[in-house]
Amino acid sequence: MERASPSEPRTLFDKLWDTHIVVPESPEAPAMLYVDLHLVHEVTSPQAFAMLDERGLKVRAPQRTFATLDHSTPTTPRAKGQRPVYISPAAKAQVERLEENCARHGIPLAGWGSSDRGIVHVMGPELGLTQPGMTIVCGDSHTSTHGAFGAFAFGIGTTEVAHVLATQTVLQRKPKTMKVHVDGRLPYGVGAKDLILAIIAKLGAGGASGYVIEYGGPAIEALSMEGRMTVCNMSIEAGARAGLIAPDEVTFAWLSGRDYAPKGAAFEAARLKWKRLRTDKGARFDREVKLDASRLAPMVTWGASPHMAAPVDVAVPRPKTADDVKALGWMGFTPGETLMGEAVHTVFIGSCTNARLSDLREAAFIMAGRHVKPGVRMLVVPGSERVRKAAEAEGLDAIFRTAGAEWREPGCSMCIAMNGDSGRPGELVVSTSNRNFAGRQGPGVRTVLASPATAAAAAVAGAITDPRRMMEMCGAA
Amino acid sequence: MQRDPITEIRSRSFALTEHNIDTDQIIPARFLTTTERGALADACFRDWRFDEAGTPTGHPLNAVDTVTHGVLIAGDNFGCGSSREHAPWALRDFGVRAVITPRAGDIFKANAANNGLIVAEIDAEAHAALLERAGEEVIVSLADMSVTSGNVRAGFALEPFARTCLIEGHDALGFILAREDAISRFEAARAA
Repeated sequence: MERASPSEPRTLFDKLWDTHIVVPESPEAPAMLYVDLHLVHEVTSPQAFAMLDERGLKVRAPQRTFATLDHSTPTTPRAKGQRPVYISPAAKAQVERLEENCARHGIPLAGWGSSDRGIVHVMGPELGLTQPGMTIVCGDSHTSTHGAFGAFAFGIGTTEVAHVLATQTVLQRKPKTMKVHVDGRLPYGVGAKDLILAIIAKLGAGGASGYVIEYGGPAIEALSMEGRMTVCNMSIEAGARAGLIAPDEVTFAWLSGRDYAPKGAAFEAARLKWKRLRTDKGARFDREVKLDASRLAPMVTWGASPHMAAPVDVAVPRPKTADDVKALGWMGFTPGETLMGEAVHTVFIGSCTNARLSDLREAAFIMAGRHVKPGVRMLVVPGSERVRKAAEAEGLDAIFRTAGAEWREPGCSMCIAMNGDSGRPGELVVSTSNRNFAGRQGPGVRTVLASPATAAAAAVAGAITDPRRMMEMCGAA
Repeated sequence: MQRDPITEIRSRSFALTEHNIDTDQIIPARFLTTTERGALADACFRDWRFDEAGTPTGHPLNAVDTVTHGVLIAGDNFGCGSSREHAPWALRDFGVRAVITPRAGDIFKANAANNGLIVAEIDAEAHAALLERAGEEVIVSLADMSVTSGNVRAGFALEPFARTCLIEGHDALGFILAREDAISRFEAARAA
């Protein structure tokens, strides 16, 4: 592929791509891209480290590698000093394997006992590891989250994890670019999660396959960093390689003072560089999509793929395909009716999509002075130890506990349901996570994706409901 | 590392016509606590093939013998969702040697190529014609990039480097390691 000359207008993505080429792509082989930050967790790394061992290879850049424990780890509250109790010996062995591998290769690990530990995509930005202009990879598809900072961040498989460990590079064909331009302002009670569900519904589950999406426009610029992360996080649910948002003052304010972010004069120098990470005027995208944020409402999913989403107060669409029929059958929903009033068994507030402090505040705002409907289980799982600490400092844990919810330890928990946190067969779960795939939250468990506000409202009502009703009752503006 | 070179898969097919079959269907997350490779055949499409008590369901997958039927004809956007390489591992362990689909998930495709699993992306018309012939013999040829079954014949798309690795039985790490000088030069230029 031909590279644009420096004078030609380039997209933000072009700039990220061009500055990381170790070997350019050719018809015969993909480009070799340099990786600035490699995030590692216990599930997708053991076989990668084994591949290095088989060949007698070392980790090339342990200082560009950072590990944590999040997927297989229990989130059950523990007394101080009490050891974690795993779902299985295999889960325990997997965590211990990462601990050993990190120790052996000199890789920093935010493990048990570290106040930095958290879901990998919550932890990276929180520590300031994630910075504009970087390439970031992780053996996890939601690595797209870090694109919120203007980094090219994407998920890779375990073999590629081995490639990056050994060589700090990854093979990539240059993807196409898509601009998702969001005009207007999100109405009151409608948030970043609703916006990205609406975008995915518009694009389809494979609609952005082969593309990197750059999100822009007034509604995107108005989002907090947490909101931007929620949007970029779910880019993969439309099949995109990555999601991107150009860094701005909101980004720089988030980064300032973070542990691994540059400090003082170095920060100012970095800020000047980061400011140039914008799509040039006149740069062309392969595809452009427009949305009007002001027309959006709280969204819920009605099927078994994230693109099967609709406003909560609108009737479930009539099935257009055999897959729609199957999905509606799986969920037990009736087309032509809204989901309002649909009985809910479990509510999950958590995941790399929606377990940051602002998400917990949003849910707590609904829960304050209210109670979880008897018979409904509500799990609140902060995204990291830091989120937990900050939430506890402002009393959010007390709001959740008083309301009858479980306040748990940080981790992926019921998003991927591999640590023992799961629903029971047949249950309907309203979840702030990113995937409503059949059985994702446990065999036979049906998932409705929603925002933290909508999920909290469902816990109170014991049924799917429009969270705006409960916001109005608070008299909040 | 050297793998068996593959130039052609000749086998009967079986079909999963659903679109957007995600990696959680291919292998549910509760089977991802493994630290080894292999032994994932029983986890492949686990919740389609077995009920919660572990009893086989009536799903057609339980009647598929992948020794004779090693080519999967799948719906659009196959392997969407997570980056788990356990998905192609499980498919390989189950006995699948090639997947024919209008389009496969981005990360899944890369993972498949790294595990000797051919993912042949074909146009919708040829896909529909092949579905009509599900159960019949299919020849997936990397030599001329074609899928043939009876009188149905179509070209398919596969990233050229993935094709080379499959045909030569090479893996990509050797290719990258052979370019270590370029990595060092890149790092040195950055540091300067």
